[in-house]
Amino acid sequence: MSNEQISGAEALMRSLEHEGVDTLFGYPGGAIMPTYDALYDHKDTLNHILVRHEQAAVHAAQGYVRASGRVGTVIVTSGPGAMNTITGIADAMMDSTPLVVICGQVGAAMLGTDAFQEVDVIGVTQPISKWAYQIRRPEDIAWAVSRAYYIARSGRPGPVVLDFTKNAQTGMVDYEPAHVSFIRSYDPVPVPSDDIIRHAAALINQSVKPLVLVGQGVELANATTELRQLLEKAQMPAGTTLLGLSALPTDHPLNMGLLGMHGNLAPNVMTNQCDLLIAIGMRFDDRVTGNLNTYAKQAKIIHFDIDPSEIDKNVKTDLAVVGDCKDTLRRLLPLVDQATHNAWIDGFQPYREKEENKVIEPAIHPTDGPLLMAEVVREVSEQTNRKAILVTDVGQNQMFGCRYFQYSLPRSVITSGGCGTMGFGLPAAIGATFGAPERTVCCFCGDGGLQMTIQELGTILEYGSPVKIILLNNNFLGNVRQWQAMFFNHRYSFTPMVNPDFEGVARAYGIPGATVTKREDLALAVEKMLRTPGAYLLQCAVKEEDNVMPMTPPGANVDEMILSVE
Amino acid sequence: MKKTVYRAVECGDCDTCGKCFNDTHEGTLYTMLIYSENQAGILNQITAVFTRRQVNIESLNVCASSTPGVHKYTITCFCNEEMAHMLTKQIEKKIDVLQARYYTSDQIFTIEVALLKLSTPVMLKDPRTSNVVRDMGARIVEVNPTYTIAEKKGRTEEILQLYERLNALGAVLQFVRSGHIAVTKSTVEQLDRYLQEREAKQ
Repeated sequence: MSNEQISGAEALMRSLEHEGVDTLFGYPGGAIMPTYDALYDHKDTLNHILVRHEQAAVHAAQGYVRASGRVGTVIVTSGPGAMNTITGIADAMMDSTPLVVICGQVGAAMLGTDAFQEVDVIGVTQPISKWAYQIRRPEDIAWAVSRAYYIARSGRPGPVVLDFTKNAQTGMVDYEPAHVSFIRSYDPVPVPSDDIIRHAAALINQSVKPLVLVGQGVELANATTELRQLLEKAQMPAGTTLLGLSALPTDHPLNMGLLGMHGNLAPNVMTNQCDLLIAIGMRFDDRVTGNLNTYAKQAKIIHFDIDPSEIDKNVKTDLAVVGDCKDTLRRLLPLVDQATHNAWIDGFQPYREKEENKVIEPAIHPTDGPLLMAEVVREVSEQTNRKAILVTDVGQNQMFGCRYFQYSLPRSVITSGGCGTMGFGLPAAIGATFGAPERTVCCFCGDGGLQMTIQELGTILEYGSPVKIILLNNNFLGNVRQWQAMFFNHRYSFTPMVNPDFEGVARAYGIPGATVTKREDLALAVEKMLRTPGAYLLQCAVKEEDNVMPMTPPGANVDEMILSVE
Repeated sequence: MKKTVYRAVECGDCDTCGKCFNDTHEGTLYTMLIYSENQAGILNQITAVFTRRQVNIESLNVCASSTPGVHKYTITCFCNEEMAHMLTKQIEKKIDVLQARYYTSDQIFTIEVALLKLSTPVMLKDPRTSNVVRDMGARIVEVNPTYTIAEKKGRTEEILQLYERLNALGAVLQFVRSGHIAVTKSTVEQLDRYLQEREAKQ
């Protein structure tokens, strides 16, 4: 016993420091004021970033996590403060992002009385978080904080919510640090038997036409090296999910590209031709599979995942390898035969060429007409030597961004995959600059999404976050417009937008910028953006009615991609 | 998909009578046995999994288990095996849930208890009522001039049959069923094994 009585708020500060936290994203308010008062004395160790809206605090923490691989921390007040974090928490849950969100709450004696700024935060967040717990006594703080970080980062990562009552913040406690590393009812990393690994190796060794599906799980497990070793040893082609894009360098000869609705033609078509599908750290999202009734029916399926509840959820597997894929791939590797699959790999080539000629080349090297999103993305990617972090908002900017950006380093894609949260981009990019301060962070947004969290330009102003904002402005909610054109008879119901002078808005926040309208000015404008220290807004006036292609229409078979609308 | 018809006696007019339990369900009756740490809010998390998957809970019982600090949930529902598998996996994913398993009726021993509050004047007037009580092996636990309480334990079908026969005679004032409670027929205690494995890992 230390015999030193400190407040619960101070105990929280020490617990956070004990967990190695050094960056917080937050916004103060009534019920969390004792905690902010304690934070005032910890400014040297706990770098608190004051965002301009609580939703942005969570997205910024998500960006921080995805760039750094650490756990993100958010502090907000009760009631509306907590409710504003909901979208981000749900987003982090869908995309397996480890966060600890600490919300103020009214005093325990007032719980359930509809007190000022009281909301049932646990009731609201339980279904969208990995764990939600209400701290009602200062004695529980050390344990609850340690348990929260353990749960958030272990196994399949996810967001944890701590609802921190005011009396627990102000009450005095004899603080002792806690270290939770075991929970009886929670087995974060199952370990598959040697038989299962041998079975997986046998299926791989027998396969003539294997295809590997790479998901974010590979990066989460830090298993990018093991993945490459496996692919290269057995010469197996791979496709990646949206969140798995940077788990394998774009120019790796076995990387066949992006899977799914707006992915590349070859890996989607070949999904329905392979004889063995090896899914690693991915969850067969409907945007990846299309029609499940026709998805890879000809193939045997091995599913490597850390989460047992993902097995057979969407796609029935022949073999489940449930565990940490760094461990399972390491154990698998020596059992896999050195092999070549040249004929099978050559089969991808016609589809790659077809897409290259019909879609990619016209998109990145157009000769006339208005500026295209794809050429802007590729220009930025090339000028950053494929080493920058891509952050996107949601919509066409996201699909063009992810398709045409190129990756050479892991943890280079920060995008809202499962939830598809518009407004994610700008705050996530701010967070990424704190998570990976040594890297260039390029944030691609549309005119719609940028305006959903545009207030975060204030955060950039205050902290000088060096976010390169590339605004792909088509004066439309582009993706919805594309669907309206394709599936709703061109009835553009509330998708055209009247927009402000974005450059002027940025200027008001002290952020320099420029607008490009002509193709011949693009390269210089990008160069100037990258050369300018700190944040920058590059507005690109892009073609208004451009479509992301190719596309697997919703509900269609994975190999039924259309290459153009015409 | 297997189709289990879950019904007591024919009432002959079940679309409109609104009194009988004649009901058909798609799927098989699965019993889920779930164990969790004794913490507030877990029942909420468990039932939310059923809600999200749009599976109706037929019966639910929660009580302390034979293992100190561990709560046991007995939940029955109609679904197919794929759904039962998915539900238990997603329930087991909750941090404070220790174990969730599903069983068909032949893998477990189940029982249900019902209480019937009957009208004493009706029973005195119509001797068929007490014949039904005797026939069905129900037990009278309380009698006064106004009402009589009968208790019946057994399988759901028997209980429903008792209710419907007495109800047809106009004797039932109140009726309540406990919902299934169940123990497995397995010779291995799955929870104990799990807890031992976990202790070993610590």
